[in-house]
Parts: sequence; structure tokens; C-alpha cells
Amino acid sequence: MNSRVFSRRRALQGMSVACAAAFAPRPLSAAGARDPRVVVIILRGALDGLAAVAPVGDPDYAPLHGALALAPTGERAGLPLDGFFALHPAMPAFARLYREKRGAVVHAVATSYRERSHFDGQDVLESGFPGPGRTESGWLNRAVAVLPSSGGSARRGLGVGVTAPLVMRGPAPVLGWAPQGLPSAGDSLAMRTLDLYRHRDPALAAALESGLDTERVATQGGMSDDARKNKGGMDQPGGMRQASAGAARLLAAPEGPRVAALAFDGWDTHQNEGGVTGQLATRLSGLDGAFEELEKGLGEGWKDTIVLAITEFGRTARINGTNGTDHGTGTVALLAGGAVAGGRVIANWPGLKANQLYQGRDLAPTMDLRAVLKGMLADQFGLSAQALAEKVFPESASIAPMKGLTQA
Amino acid sequence: MAVGPDPFAAMTAFNRFGLGARPGDLAAAAGDPRGFLLEELHAPGSGRIEPGDLIASPQALQMFFADQQQQRIAREAAAMAAVAPMPAANAMAEPAMAGKPVEGKPKPAEPPAEQKIFRAEAMARFKAQLDASCGFVERLVAFWSNHFAVSVAKGQFIRVTAGAFEREAIRPHVLGKFSQLLIAAESHPAMIFFLDNQRSIGPGSRAGRFDAKGLNENLAREILELHTLGVGGGYSQEDVTALARIITGWSFAEAGGETGEPGSFFFKTNWHEPGAQTLLGKTYAQEGRAQGDAALLDLARRPATARHVASKLARHFIADDPPADVVDALTKTFLDSDGDLGVVCAALIAHDRAWSAPATKIRTPSEFVAAAMRATGFALSEPGQALGLLNALGMPLWQPAGPNGYPDTVAAWASPEQMKLRLDASWQMAQRARDVGSPLSVLDTASGLAASRETREALQHAESRQQALALLLMSPEFQRR
Repeated sequence: MNSRVFSRRRALQGMSVACAAAFAPRPLSAAGARDPRVVVIILRGALDGLAAVAPVGDPDYAPLHGALALAPTGERAGLPLDGFFALHPAMPAFARLYREKRGAVVHAVATSYRERSHFDGQDVLESGFPGPGRTESGWLNRAVAVLPSSGGSARRGLGVGVTAPLVMRGPAPVLGWAPQGLPSAGDSLAMRTLDLYRHRDPALAAALESGLDTERVATQGGMSDDARKNKGGMDQPGGMRQASAGAARLLAAPEGPRVAALAFDGWDTHQNEGGVTGQLATRLSGLDGAFEELEKGLGEGWKDTIVLAITEFGRTARINGTNGTDHGTGTVALLAGGAVAGGRVIANWPGLKANQLYQGRDLAPTMDLRAVLKGMLADQFGLSAQALAEKVFPESASIAPMKGLTQA
Repeated sequence: MAVGPDPFAAMTAFNRFGLGARPGDLAAAAGDPRGFLLEELHAPGSGRIEPGDLIASPQALQMFFADQQQQRIAREAAAMAAVAPMPAANAMAEPAMAGKPVEGKPKPAEPPAEQKIFRAEAMARFKAQLDASCGFVERLVAFWSNHFAVSVAKGQFIRVTAGAFEREAIRPHVLGKFSQLLIAAESHPAMIFFLDNQRSIGPGSRAGRFDAKGLNENLAREILELHTLGVGGGYSQEDVTALARIITGWSFAEAGGETGEPGSFFFKTNWHEPGAQTLLGKTYAQEGRAQGDAALLDLARRPATARHVASKLARHFIADDPPADVVDALTKTFLDSDGDLGVVCAALIAHDRAWSAPATKIRTPSEFVAAAMRATGFALSEPGQALGLLNALGMPLWQPAGPNGYPDTVAAWASPEQMKLRLDASWQMAQRARDVGSPLSVLDTASGLAASRETREALQHAESRQQALALLLMSPEFQRR
């Protein structure tokens, strides 16, 4: 163990103690009180955490990441975070948020999943269950379902995209929104179809009703036709920005949802991952744009918001034969928003020497992502540890919610 | 089965298994719905599309390579011009050399080659769907195309080959042996490129010893996880790496033509990891491509593969949570017939549950658009309208988000946003079908006597023909299958 690890660990413990007193469930949006919002961005394909937030201070990092490695200074310099870690230069907005103490990084983190299948990895990440094969609902939806006074429009979730990400599917009502290319069918047909469904197919009635509700919220929020038009896939910076701007608009509406999920594709960088520039840099600039659009679009609401970007697992620490990385384990989670107690990289750094890597291949996970997710939900919505361990993340009683993620 | 025509069974044949009925179809199938499906399965050439004017993948890729070469030359010329600035007078005379747009130069009237290829392939697919007697085989084509998914989002290489991949690697084998389908799919340039295998070099190969490059395990992993055993099929990281070594060298001939016809499969001996490899406890000592063929043949015959395929088929055709008795029956048929997919499909049709299970699934956007065109007698003259609808409904042709293909669950396709989009799409389609006649006769076409009283009344009370037609397209009878 080097001194870095020690200080980091101690800092984390110190923070926990300092924040314990401040930690208490907060009231939901009573008059004039906080009006908390949570946005979860799923990065599908497994983000290279060592490329997004590079441990430039670790002497073993550059040899492993080779030509893709960021450097502390020079042409391949990352954006400085804390001297040990540097942020990918495609993310200036997140770097600013970090400096303003509204952005934070959790590093060497992973779900409980230890295999290397994207699809199972995403199921575990999004379902909130300890293992794969349980995909009937997502943890964010179940969190919405256990919020007090669920049923009001503010207590509905929002799934961005033509199909809602699994994390947002489940028992709680969910609005859906996606940039689209078709003119609206109009109320008369909508009402008649809904009426037919109510008689013949209640499940389709519920889905259509929810879809129509979103349309209403979007229209009342003043979303223009241009804003709704598709500006690129969810693996393109334009598409990521647009989806985030649309979500922000809906989350900012007084009657809008307070919890949203988005999914961005294209993080499976098996070849030509790129370093300072290249395909990963392009995706990261899209993610950076998403943070920026959410900040801009949420306006007043930003101060009570946490945006969390997570991915199913990381990538191999060593670059592969085709200048990319294969499926790995430990990675990063990024938090941004006015409610975040930021300006820090939360990590219990495992090191990158051969014997410190997980299975000799991956950044070893030293933190369970569920601790972060639980901490965020506890801080933002006052969910009890019991509800979190039983309803939201089943079979997770041994994993304590991380404390102090939000501003006191 | 019941004696005499069963309107519900006929609708099941067209909706659960097919792409919806065209005018007169329901009556034709009502006497013997199972026989109707089997007839389509056994028709000669079933599933295939004659190439006609369509371009084989090597030719399509040669166009792509030539195009890339031209772009490279233009880029290099631009770079040369940038480092050696010309005198002003000269620059005026040769603006193209400076890489600047040429004023007044007419735009080429022809669309780019890759767009023409893609649209021609799309048109052939839509036409096959519209002309099918029932559409069961077209559903199987789409199923296997999704099982062995490639995506045009990867770039122009896939854009020019995705249609040919389905036509060359999938269609000829959907009613043949799974092993042949598997080998055809994994050795097609589109799949090799989509999952990066053309860059994977055996570390101990001749090329590997002179180059720091090495393995890329992307294709090997997806073969095990998605295409054969399925996740939880009993393989380890070591097996993934072993299979990656086994299929090193599976590539395609590049533009130069030194290694064979550009764009065709080519086995790069110098890139292949030499020596025997052990996969799932069995040692493969073959040399060259034969090692990969042998490994794929064995994977195709494994019980885990049989169960994976059986479960996916049952999930697709019957229910999200596939009934265990159907999965068991299909698994057994798969193993007993050495993976004969025609026999497996016949077993699916023969299973009573395939006719008795309630219609809980919802049509995918692709099935929905095809069924709407069939029911309304839509005369598709160019592929743009159908492609546009598929884009809007979140299922752009040959463009799933990942190698696991489009989702195949109700939750994915009966989502709030999707239902709102379908409402808008139905309205668009209804407005385009101007001379469709009576919506109630379209209802008879699509659902016949199986249509519900509520749907019939809703159509009767609609405020316009267009609205009635849109309501029909949105009706549970039309959406569910």
C-alpha cells in the first residue's frame, strides 16, 4: 500500500464521519424546500474508466495504456483533477463542474457482476439485483415506486429513448420521450385508441396514456418542433446532447418527472479506442455535452440535481492487439450537479501492478457501485437503508449507503 | 384441432408466425392453418432472394475500397497543398488542389454508391415481406439476422454489406443446418468486420512475432455468448481467448487483390496462431481455417446451443417467458436432427401451445410496418417510406444498438414512447393509403371473424376513413401477436 492509498482512504473515512451528522433524510418538495432530481445515464458497452479518468500519477498506468495513455502534461495532457488523476481532455464542462465542486468521480468501482458479458453486466447494473437473470424491473424505477406520495406527476419516472432503459422500467409509472421524426397524430385519434385499449388491452392503455402524457408535458414546457427532431443516434454527441436537453426540459417542468434515465451507446472500444482524440474522445465529448445541457436546461432545478453516469463494467487495463481494450471490471462513475458534494475523486486506489490487477487484466474494483447508488438515493430522496436494501437493491443489506455525496 | 375453419387459428398463423394477412389470405388459410405454414416452409427456394440486380458483397466492398482510395488521394493532395503554399495566381487556377470547395461545380446527380446498394437491398427485403404468402419464412430471416446481428452504425463497410450479409449468409440457411448457418455468418466479411476479427493477430503467429499487435477477442466472445452456447452456457474467459486464437486469420481480402478477390473471405495464414488449442475441454489440432470450422461445428452441436436457440425461438414466437414444454421439445428436436432448423420450425408449428398460448407479444416495428403494408395493399415503389417509418419507430433497418440485436420483449416494444410513436406512424400510414376503400373490409382482411366487437364498433364510429384505418392499425388485434 502506498501513501496515496492511505491518505485517500483516510480522507474518505474522515468525510464519512464529518458528514454523518449532516446526513438525515430531507423533506421532499414541500413549499420552498428542496425539489430533488436524479438523472441516471447508462453508458452501454463498458466505458474505459482508466481512459476517462486517468491515474496519471500511477507509474504503472502509462506502460499499460500505451499509446492511448493520457499524461500529466504535454500534448497528451489530461485536465488536472487532484494531481493523481486527470480527466480526459474531451470533458471541459465536467472539469469546470469539478473545479466548482459540483462534479465528483468514484474510481475503481464496479457492480457485483464479475463476468464479461455486456448484456448480463447491464442487467445487473440496471436491475439492481446482485446477479444476472432478474430483469423484470430496474432499481431506479423501484426507488420511484417506494417514494412517499407516489402517484403525483412529480413522482413519475422518465425514460428517454424509444424504449426506456431497464433501470427505469418497473412498477412505477414512467413517461417516455425521444427525439422523433413524425408529426403528431392529434387528440381525436389518440383518445379513441385509448378508449379501445381501456376496453380490450389495459397494458397497452397504460403505456399509451403515459406516452401521451409526456407529449402534453413537452408541449406545455414549450418544446419546439425543432427540439423534438432527431439529431443523431445515442452514440453521437449531437444525439446525446439533444436527449439530455429534452430530458432537462421535462425535468424542469413544474409538473414534470423528477427522476430520469438515459442510455448512451458506443463505449465498446475493442479497437482504435483513441487517446486524446478518436472514437472514445468523441463519445466522452457527447457525455460532457450531456452534463452541460442538463445544467443549462434544468435552470433553477440544477441546484437540487444529481446526474450520475455509470457503465456495466470497465475494460482491460492493458491495451489489446488492436489499439483498443477488451471487457474488464473496475471503472469509474461520474457525478455532476448542483447537489453534488464535488471537487474530489473518491477512490481506494488498488494500484495497477500485475499482481494488483483483477485476474491479471483489469482495474480491481475496491468499491461496490450500489453503495454510491444507495447513498445518492438516501441523500436525495430520504430513502431508508431498509427500503434500499429490501426494495431497491435486494440482497444488499451488507452494503452501506455511501455518505456525504450531496452538499450539506 | 377443431373441425372446420377456425378464424382464430388462421389469424394466429398470420400474426404469431407470419407478417399479417393480405386481402383474401385468411380465407385461404382457414381450412388448415398449420398446413398453410408448412407449405411456405417447404416451398422450393423458400427464404432466398434471387440476386437479380443486387450486388454480391465482394463487388460492393470493391466499390467501397475504391471510394476510400479516392478519398485518401484527395486528402493527401489537400495536405500537400497545405504544406507547400502556391503563388496566389496559381492557387486561383487550381482551387481543387487546395482542398477548397469549387464554386459553381455541379453536384453529382447520382446518389453515392453505398446509398444505392443499401436502398436496393432494403427494397428487395420489403418486397419479399410483401409478396410472402404468409411471411413465416421472412420472420425467420429477420430472427436469424437479429441473432447474428451486424449494424450499419459501424460505418460504410457494413452499410454496403448488411443487405448482402442477410441475403448470402442468412437466407440460404434459415431452413437448413444450424452449423452451416453459423459458419456462413461467422466467415462473412460483414461479421468479421463488425466484430473486429480482421485485426486480430495470433501473438505466436508469423505476423505476431514481428508486430506488437495481438488478439482481439470481440468476435470469439459473441460467438460463444450470443451465437451459440448463450450466456451461462458453461464457458470461461480461457475459452473466449482460445476461440479468439482459433479464429485468428479469419479475414477478408483487402483492396490490393494480392490475397484473392478483394472483399471475399480470406484466411490469413501468417496471422493465424499456430498449434493446437483447447476449447471447452476439447483439443483442436487442425491447421489453418479447418481449426475454426471444426470448433464452430462442435459449438453448433452442443446441448447448450440447442437450448439457447430453442429458448430464443420460443420467446420470439410465443411469449417473453417461453413455455418450458415448448423449449424442451424444440431443444430435443434440435439435438435429434443435428440442428436441422426446418425440422425445428416444423416442431414449433406442431406444438399445440403455439396455437393455444394467448397473444401477449407485440409486433416489432418492422413486423408492424410490413403487416400494415400487407393489410392495406400498399404499393411500395421505393424503400424510403418504409425506411423512414422504421427509423422513426426506433428500429432502423440493420442498425441494432449492439451485437445482441434488437430487443425481443414486450416491455421493450410496448413502452409509452413506442405506443405514442406507433399512434403517429399509424396516422401517417392511414393518410398515405388514400384509396383503401372501407376500413371495415381491411379489418376483415387483417382479423376476419376474430376481430373483437369493440374494435369493430370503434371503426364504425370513427370520424373519417383515415381515422378508422389508423384505429385498425393500432387495435390490439393488429398490434398483438
